[in-house]
Amino acid sequence: MSTENTLEHKTAKADFDGKQEYTITVYAENRIGLLNRIAIIFSKRKINIESLNTSPSEIDGIHRFNIVIQESYEVVRKLARQIEKQIEVLKVYFNTNDEIIWQELALYKVSTDEIAEKVTVERLLRQYGASAVVIRKDYTVFAVTGHREETDALVKALEPYELIEFVRSARVAIIKDSSGFHEKLKEFEAFEPGEELVENEFLDKGEKIFTM
Amino acid sequence: METAQETMQQTGAKAETSKTLFKGTGSQVLLNGLIEEGVTTIFGYPGGAIMPIYDALYDYADKLEHILVRHEQGGIHAAQGFARASGKVGVCFATSGPGATNLVTGLADAQIDSTPLVCITGQVFAHLLGTDAFQETDVINITTPVTKWNYQVTDAKEIQEVLAKAFYIAKSGRPGPVLIDITKNAQLQLEEFPEYVKCNHIRSYRPKPKVRVEYIEQAAEVINEAKKPFVLFGQGVILGKAEKEFKAFIEKAGIPAAWTIMGDGAIPTAHPLNVGMLGMHGNYGPNVLTNEADVIIAIGMRFDDRVTGRLDKYAKQAKIVHLDIDPAEIDKNVKAEVGVWGDCKETLPLLTNLVNENTHEDWLAKFRQYNQEEIDQVITPELYPVGDEMTMGEVLRNINEICGGEAVIVTDVGQHQMVACRYAKFNNTRSNITSGGLGTMGFGLPAAIGAKYGAPDKTVIAIIGDGGFQMTPQELGTIMQFGAAVKILILNNRFLGMVRQWQQLFHDKRYSFVNITSPDFVALAKSYYIEAAKVDERVNLRQALETMINHEGSYLLEVMVGRENNVFPMVPQGMSVSEIRLK
Repeated sequence: MSTENTLEHKTAKADFDGKQEYTITVYAENRIGLLNRIAIIFSKRKINIESLNTSPSEIDGIHRFNIVIQESYEVVRKLARQIEKQIEVLKVYFNTNDEIIWQELALYKVSTDEIAEKVTVERLLRQYGASAVVIRKDYTVFAVTGHREETDALVKALEPYELIEFVRSARVAIIKDSSGFHEKLKEFEAFEPGEELVENEFLDKGEKIFTM
Repeated sequence: METAQETMQQTGAKAETSKTLFKGTGSQVLLNGLIEEGVTTIFGYPGGAIMPIYDALYDYADKLEHILVRHEQGGIHAAQGFARASGKVGVCFATSGPGATNLVTGLADAQIDSTPLVCITGQVFAHLLGTDAFQETDVINITTPVTKWNYQVTDAKEIQEVLAKAFYIAKSGRPGPVLIDITKNAQLQLEEFPEYVKCNHIRSYRPKPKVRVEYIEQAAEVINEAKKPFVLFGQGVILGKAEKEFKAFIEKAGIPAAWTIMGDGAIPTAHPLNVGMLGMHGNYGPNVLTNEADVIIAIGMRFDDRVTGRLDKYAKQAKIVHLDIDPAEIDKNVKAEVGVWGDCKETLPLLTNLVNENTHEDWLAKFRQYNQEEIDQVITPELYPVGDEMTMGEVLRNINEICGGEAVIVTDVGQHQMVACRYAKFNNTRSNITSGGLGTMGFGLPAAIGAKYGAPDKTVIAIIGDGGFQMTPQELGTIMQFGAAVKILILNNRFLGMVRQWQQLFHDKRYSFVNITSPDFVALAKSYYIEAAKVDERVNLRQALETMINHEGSYLLEVMVGRENNVFPMVPQGMSVSEIRLK
């Protein structure tokens, strides 16, 4: 998908009924139990969460959730509203893959003997942009950051060389159009929020869906 | 675990600067906070993990009236009835474990019907959390899907701020139930507490969206161009205390208005623009004409499936203008041409200013035409039956004639509920109290008790089926002990009538486990020292109803009605509203 002319692209998507990958970004207070409150919004509708990451955000005390699901635009829009309705949630955004920059981290544990013996492995790792995190006599751990396909490809490639253990992190994503949350937060702290916080995207014909 | 200080930072509240005013336990400061919030009545049931609060309550008997219910579900339904009748926040207490889990049905009911509640549950000592201690349950996680907000307090220093937040969240914006779970150690903890400060801002919470004039303008434009506009209103009008603003709007624009059962009573039944009830058992005209209107203005309602019937055949010809305080409701079930976010108390006057004066006489006449057809085919036979068997409708007609629309009518769930909503006349708002979204059988009796405390000057009539009554009859004990003058009217058809109706219509009359027997309700009431009578012939009906309503104190009247009467009209499930059946 093209990243050009994103506004027009977004408007068109409003009519798009098919499922695709969406990354939902949630800014929220760091409160015990909130993860459950958010998770049940998905499970209530029998929607599987493909990937979920919680982390601090650029602002002290405000947490950021990245949730990846496969759904249609309509469903994701409704989910986002339901999440934003939760008391401790400040703001929710949802984006398609072309609107975000995202990475996942994968770790691979392989037998050191195997790699030492087979010169091809070293080339393999270089080819996949992997780095060695730990090298011990018995095993070596490599790390790769990238998109799903990249980390998956290395799993495939390592299979013949005794891949002992493999793990991949949840997705972390940054929204391309975002200018950060600092300014917004000031408004949230104010009693009378500005219009940005109460934007009515449906009435604005979809133009203000991604306001960051 | 969070400390109170952290909580305060997170919510953006200002740090407490006021001087220490009170030295006492967490329990005492909780009760002080309730008084600060204007609470007068608590429905509750004590138990091990909430004993320190009850111990403190002993000394507050002159300020806080505690109604000892007979089951926690009764307690929360009573709190709901109180909230619905009074417009205030309902409060209930329960202990940990089974006490708390017994609240779940009421929480779900209050959540779906947007009823403001603050429920306080006791919890085991903080150091025992997660040890499967006696009467420990994970109440916070059990109640998360059915509360607007919940919080576990483990340190007494949190109590004031959490309570203030709870009341603010429960009653602001789209109201809902809040649960606070307080561990026993926090209830006992001795502390110095600052002055109680009410909450009016939480940074992550926007109770009502800011009103944007351009959408009001767009809405007015659509409405002014309409030839056949139709207003659908729900409980939002009542919750927003916008009955006057609503009336002014429909009167200026001259638009016929129909209600969801939660919106019933927001304008008087007799208002000339009130064209009746929407939905599955609603009136003929409002359902059929939903699919003829060119503009539908939905106000404080959420297009529940019982209202819309089959969605892909629902009002496809109409432009929808949707006013709602909850942004998540707009475009949820029905796509809006213009969505007006905001509190209808604010948006309606703005809209009224911009709409043209109109009457839409021809369009209104259509509603009257359909209404006449319904009167002839359904309403007259129901209200003035010629057969020997009594109908639920004629009981309602008699109540209307005796009370003149001034009574608060609380219903349970089922056929009698639909009949009551269809035929009860209301002059005042907050007069129809029913379990709308959740359809909770057993709601009626305890909710009526609460409603009587919420509206003590009103006649409160609980209309309940023979099935529903048997779900929470234990609350007769509450009436016995505390004397709530609730009039209990059991409409007994010796069936689980609504399920039987569906089995008759859609399951080839295979009456599977709907044949329900009842105890001697009169004897049951009398065993609780409640006056009671039974009517099985029409000739005694009027007199019996008058006796019940005029009786000082509580009274139970059982009326034997026709066994296999059906509620019509009906939009069968999966059908369009315009395919409504009159028989």
